[in-house]
Amino acid sequence: MSAAEPGESTPRAHHDLGGVPKFLCEAVDTAPHALTDFDRRVDALRQILGAAGIMRVDELRRGIEAIPEATYHRLSYYERWARAITDTLLRKGVITEAELTAALERLA
Amino acid sequence: MTPLAPGARVRVRDDWPETRGPVHIRTPHYVRGREGVVVRHLGDFPNPEDLAFAREAAILPLYHVRFAPRRIWPSGVSADGLLVELFGPWLEAQR
Repeated sequence: MSAAEPGESTPRAHHDLGGVPKFLCEAVDTAPHALTDFDRRVDALRQILGAAGIMRVDELRRGIEAIPEATYHRLSYYERWARAITDTLLRKGVITEAELTAALERLA
Repeated sequence: MTPLAPGARVRVRDDWPETRGPVHIRTPHYVRGREGVVVRHLGDFPNPEDLAFAREAAILPLYHVRFAPRRIWPSGVSADGLLVELFGPWLEAQR
């Protein structure tokens, strides 16, 4: 093996952050934080989709990991979930782009 | 596939599927190509690499594998143990 520390010279995926030395300098924020209504709704939606056999948690993780790097770091935890759920449902044909656009317009 | 026994020396495959297209893998980058020791067989589970794409998934053995942190992070300050959950196909038995 090379003497380089993990993550410096290997082609890791951008979400594969564990063990990258540059993050050792930043303390992990372990303080409890409040969930928003949005967070709760997204979590509930994921549970319903799982219980209905439409989407597994593994597909959620895959969808989160597929978010482009700049967007990934800009989104909150549950915003990543919402993005991954949306992408998965579109790809599987559970919803269509037209339905999604129409639903978003009703909210606007 | 015969399960690996506790104490078996293994090497994690130095493979980078993320360079070849969309994947979902549970093997952290920092243990690829590294040697460790099997601590225990945790059970057998459907391969998440396939579940993530809604594909039929083979049932694979999952192991706790212990690594020496100082060999991965030579300048690290922690002497804590490092225990990682790894699926069988990622492990090559070492003599």
